[in-house]
Amino acid sequence: MLKFTAIMLDGMNYAAWLFLVAVGLTLIYGVMRILNIAHGAFYAIGAYICASALGAYYGAGLPQAGAFLAMGMAAVVVGFVVGLAIERGVLRFLTGKDEVLMVLVTYAMFLILEDAVKLIWGVNSYFVYEPYAYFGFVEIGGLPYQVYDLLMVVLAVVLGFALWFWLERTRMGRMTTAVVADREISAAMGINVTRIFSTTFVIGTIFAMIGGVITAPKIAITPGIGVEVIILAFAVVVIGGLGSIPGAAIGAIFAGYARALSVHLAPEFDLFAIYAVMAAVLAVRPHGLFAKTSGRKI
Amino acid sequence: MKYHIAALTLCTAIVPATVGHAQEDSFKIGVPVFLSGAAAGPFGEPEKNAAELLFDALNAGEVPAPYDSVGINGRSIVGTFTDEASDAAVEYRNLVDREAVDAVIGYTSSGNCQTVAPLAEELETFTVFVDCGTPQIFEQVVTDPKFLFRTGPTATPDAVGAARYLVDTGADLSRVAGVNQNYAWGQDNWRDFTASLEALDTGAELVSEQFPQLGAGQYGAEVSALLTSSPTVVFSSFWGGDLEALVLQSAPRGLFARSTVLMTCGEALFPVIAKDVPEGAIISARGPYSVFAPENELASWFTAAYEERFGQKPTYPAWKMAQAVLGTKAAFEAAGENATGAEAAEAFAGMEFEAPSGTVRMANANGHQAIQGIGFGTYKLSEDGEPGVENVIFYDAECVSPPADMTAEEWIESGFEGSTCS
Repeated sequence: MLKFTAIMLDGMNYAAWLFLVAVGLTLIYGVMRILNIAHGAFYAIGAYICASALGAYYGAGLPQAGAFLAMGMAAVVVGFVVGLAIERGVLRFLTGKDEVLMVLVTYAMFLILEDAVKLIWGVNSYFVYEPYAYFGFVEIGGLPYQVYDLLMVVLAVVLGFALWFWLERTRMGRMTTAVVADREISAAMGINVTRIFSTTFVIGTIFAMIGGVITAPKIAITPGIGVEVIILAFAVVVIGGLGSIPGAAIGAIFAGYARALSVHLAPEFDLFAIYAVMAAVLAVRPHGLFAKTSGRKI
Repeated sequence: MKYHIAALTLCTAIVPATVGHAQEDSFKIGVPVFLSGAAAGPFGEPEKNAAELLFDALNAGEVPAPYDSVGINGRSIVGTFTDEASDAAVEYRNLVDREAVDAVIGYTSSGNCQTVAPLAEELETFTVFVDCGTPQIFEQVVTDPKFLFRTGPTATPDAVGAARYLVDTGADLSRVAGVNQNYAWGQDNWRDFTASLEALDTGAELVSEQFPQLGAGQYGAEVSALLTSSPTVVFSSFWGGDLEALVLQSAPRGLFARSTVLMTCGEALFPVIAKDVPEGAIISARGPYSVFAPENELASWFTAAYEERFGQKPTYPAWKMAQAVLGTKAAFEAAGENATGAEAAEAFAGMEFEAPSGTVRMANANGHQAIQGIGFGTYKLSEDGEPGVENVIFYDAECVSPPADMTAEEWIESGFEGSTCS
């Protein structure tokens, strides 16, 4: 029973984390058809920004409770600035180009941003463990579990729902959905596609930053943390179907539980568990679980 | 004007000759260490710092005896630092062919060492591995070395010493778990540790064997698996950011309170999260380094000089780099003035030399592999917040290292045949 409880909690926690780091990637692909490899660098910047922001915050002797607000603010502000700068400064000049070219461009940006991170923060580790320890742990079925990890699940559900609400229930979101369906007709109907692209890229970047910020208190923030994340994020969105928000959620749950099951029942397969799920899904549905069928334009 | 032209002509004639002369007089050492990636902070930085410190101090003749002569054979040392995170084979060839270095000192990753080891022999270049824990280097990759050396001990003393320390301190070994990174380093460590427990007849039951991916960062599930299997002892060979993240994620959940946790690379936590490492955790420094180092003039000088220049005490990778540099100086000076790499290698094989960690004996692998003792202790913060250890037991090299004619695996399986523990 204890093992079952652990698998349920660990799977849920890992799925929440995967969703937070992958949802921005799938959003950007869905709307802009850009496989954004720089997403991993955004995640890393989020983690480093969190370390710097909290360092300044604690240095000023401010109360712990407000640190979470500082984390959120850091992700949104820096995500907005970085996302807008890259979209307006680079990507808008490449709109409509081949997807493979966009992969190369975003890969180049990833490398540049990785070096920029090293230039700014150096190569030594940074730590901001206070928020992780702040809430302490609770015993669930005899298993001590960090409250921070449970709150991460709540955050993922709330942000996932907020994103869904924005896409389905707001005017801007509906216009975004229309652009996903047909970029040319949307433009012809008067939708400002350029603004939709900018907004989407900024939101995707903020999600990546939130992933980094929320993870920072649990890890040693070191150079290279963005590489592993981008690989996992790709696995998740491929399982769910590139461009699908519900797909990212289901992909994260599949991957999260695959890892939890392997860790608890067959640790030797931990390394392959997520990729085995991806291979199995692609064998049955080559475009992922939630991939939309699209008609061919003549 | 014509005087200016004459002066310029004279300068252009003299400058290349001066530069050429300076190059001839210098002793060029290639130093591949991690300058980027996750290993740059915990390994590359302290190794680079130590190399720079030693080069400068040796050139100034400021290192205590027996290294108080200038440079190497009077030649000023010039270091060429390269990033180990790039292609190891290409960078090694660049150092040898383009930079024409006299020696190469470096490498942390066992994978890079496996790549470079045959190249060192092929290119006939005096090469010293600083770290690289895998015993495979001289057991499988280069079995008859001529130019290749490793001045630090392999991973085997870590695992054997850990098992011995747990037995000697009466730890409850009824339920043992391990969490090690999923590559050669983690697997070799766990294999040697569990084999040592068996050889020591502890009757330990292995209740959980976790092998998360290198650099995974998230260890919530692994910590849950360790907690649910109720181990009495947890063994880990984690290093760098992975080790730091493991401690940060497992300590608040009570793993250290419920089990005895042993971390073979634990000393590297000192400069970064010393206050977050629970007291009572068992740690080592992978050899007689740092808090496990003997008291001698070289150790005192090295610790003080490093702290003065870089603002913190050196961790074990810095000690190992200093050792490799001093070993190289000892080798070339023993071979005589203007010694070639081949002559220095011949002199170095089987040599004993002094280092901050004490006397280093190049005893294994035909005298190309060092053996050293190892200390273990329980972690303790002093009243002034300085990280340290207590309950230290130090195991001599012969107690934790295989004899020259056996592989690590054979030796452990034989029940540590021929080992002597004082």
